[in-house]
Amino acid sequence: MFHRSIIPVFLLMDILIYGIINSFSLALMAIGFTLVYGISRLPNFAHGAIYVITGFLVWSLVYLLKLNYVISILLALMIMGLVGAAIYRFVLIRVRGMATSEIIATYALGLAVLEFLRWRGFKGMTYTLPVFIEGSVTIAGIPIDLQRIIVIAIGIVVVTFMWLFTHFNKTGLALRGMAQDEHAAMMLGIDSDWMAIIAMAMGSILAGIAAITLLPLGNIVVEAGYNVLILSIAVCIVGGLGSWVGAILAAFMIGFVQIITVAYIQSHFHMVVALLAIIITLILRPSGLFGKQKELEERV
Amino acid sequence: MNDDGRKTMNGEIGAIERRKERLDRGIKVRTEGIYAISSWEEVAYLALPRLILILGILLLPFLMPSLYWNRVISIVGIYGLLALGFDFLAHYVGLVSLGGSLFIGVGGYLAAILNKSFGLSPLFTIPAATLGGAILCTLLILPALPLRGVYFAIVTLMYPLVLFRIIEALNILGGTDGILGVASFPNPWVEQYLILFVVIIALFGLRRLVNEDIGLVFRGVKDNDQAVKASGLSITYYKAIAVFITSALGCFGGAYFVHIYMVAGISLFALDYSVIPIAATVIGGGGTLVGPLLGCFILVPISELLRAFGTLRIVFYSVILLAFIMFRSEGIMVYAQRKYHQFERWVKV
Repeated sequence: MFHRSIIPVFLLMDILIYGIINSFSLALMAIGFTLVYGISRLPNFAHGAIYVITGFLVWSLVYLLKLNYVISILLALMIMGLVGAAIYRFVLIRVRGMATSEIIATYALGLAVLEFLRWRGFKGMTYTLPVFIEGSVTIAGIPIDLQRIIVIAIGIVVVTFMWLFTHFNKTGLALRGMAQDEHAAMMLGIDSDWMAIIAMAMGSILAGIAAITLLPLGNIVVEAGYNVLILSIAVCIVGGLGSWVGAILAAFMIGFVQIITVAYIQSHFHMVVALLAIIITLILRPSGLFGKQKELEERV
Repeated sequence: MNDDGRKTMNGEIGAIERRKERLDRGIKVRTEGIYAISSWEEVAYLALPRLILILGILLLPFLMPSLYWNRVISIVGIYGLLALGFDFLAHYVGLVSLGGSLFIGVGGYLAAILNKSFGLSPLFTIPAATLGGAILCTLLILPALPLRGVYFAIVTLMYPLVLFRIIEALNILGGTDGILGVASFPNPWVEQYLILFVVIIALFGLRRLVNEDIGLVFRGVKDNDQAVKASGLSITYYKAIAVFITSALGCFGGAYFVHIYMVAGISLFALDYSVIPIAATVIGGGGTLVGPLLGCFILVPISELLRAFGTLRIVFYSVILLAFIMFRSEGIMVYAQRKYHQFERWVKV
């Protein structure tokens, strides 16, 4: 009797703690995509590619150019911001307004980058980023790496910052305005191209932050690019476009379901959860948990 | 317009004596009225391009230097079916499918299972896999159909990636090795002409379909779904029909592929099947239906020549795709058709 009760308690704590960590990882991955697609309506299907490039960029700066880790990270984030802006300025701007072409163009770009990296042989055990702080702490009898704690901390900081940015900053408000009604926003003097450049740059930096925070937990692999894209889309759709609360809630739902699936069913169903989440959302509530924007326009 | 034309418009008449004049032929009257069969020239004007295409496709197996290149023709046919389906969905129904490999994979695995587990011959497995796979794919995609926007693209993008991982991880359906020892075709000529006939039928069938009543509804769904809805038609139903047609083409390709290579592996869900059809459509000219086929005839042999480069090929298609969509979104066939219907001549000013 005693044994029977003690084991589930441990499992429950495991699920709770790792569920929270996984949820914040998802939130970090998805937040850039949410800003770019959910808030500003630019489908950036190169999101996963940006995530992976950041990893390799930091790795190259640290191990090939022997730069300081912190400097490498800052440099990589700056470069990613420029890359994001460049994607808009040179690719997306040409196909703006044609949803089909926007998706195909960015997806092709992401694919080109990821498959190029795969061809160059960027895979395997050799490509790992150092953790920020070594060591681990024990919470409720479960040892947790400090890096995972840092994931939660950075997750909270980034989410809070983005919420404040899009609600109280003029630029952030302008981004939301663009998504809600582009013509009205332009009449109020919002430069749509400039806003899109800012959104893409910020989205790429956020993808970079996610990469730098999450990649020390494992190896840098090209597959991560596709996974991150799928998970971000899942979070974005389940949460509802244009809603931070929805996105965070969705990250928690998918994150916990994933951990529960891994614990009780099989670890391979990790990605299936994301797909099922999207399908169920599309069937039951196409606008997502908290999607208010253009709710009626999404549904035919 | 060329420089001469522009200068003439600016009023510098004295400087230039000639300008290029362009006249559009009366396409409508030439193709639809009795005028179309008024003389041999007019008949040839309409029929020659089609005849050349059909004869060219049918003669291809004879022109190939080796069996290897005959196999490449079969592969071109498979990609051609996918590209036709992509073009039909994207430009006539307004649904962008990023997952051609879903259709190939579902059709391929179904055919392999039917052949290996039930011992059916390709004569039965291919039609069964085509129909069954199309139904299955339509059901899988159904949740995304009542919605507008990018959901269709996202859902079709995700299925192949996720199915790939499921098969790999759970080690079902032969796992990473795949289902080996699927029956092959009795005769290389059957193998070759089966796909070529299906491609020709699919091409002309789709061209006919999009101009029938149902084709008008499809275009209505693309251009103004509210109007279609206001007419009392179910948009989801029509989208489902379109997806069914496309997935039937893709599943046929998959089943055929499995029977020529005698193996159904995890590579059926490879990215190539999703990217090449899109690239072929963009290069060949979206909305023409012939264009994507032509694009496949250009891209797939190049891809075979680049086989040694591995995944770099996908980089290559992606870059071509990106370049065409950014700079030459028109495509070859749209340009060629316009030129075919135009007279160009120099006239004195």
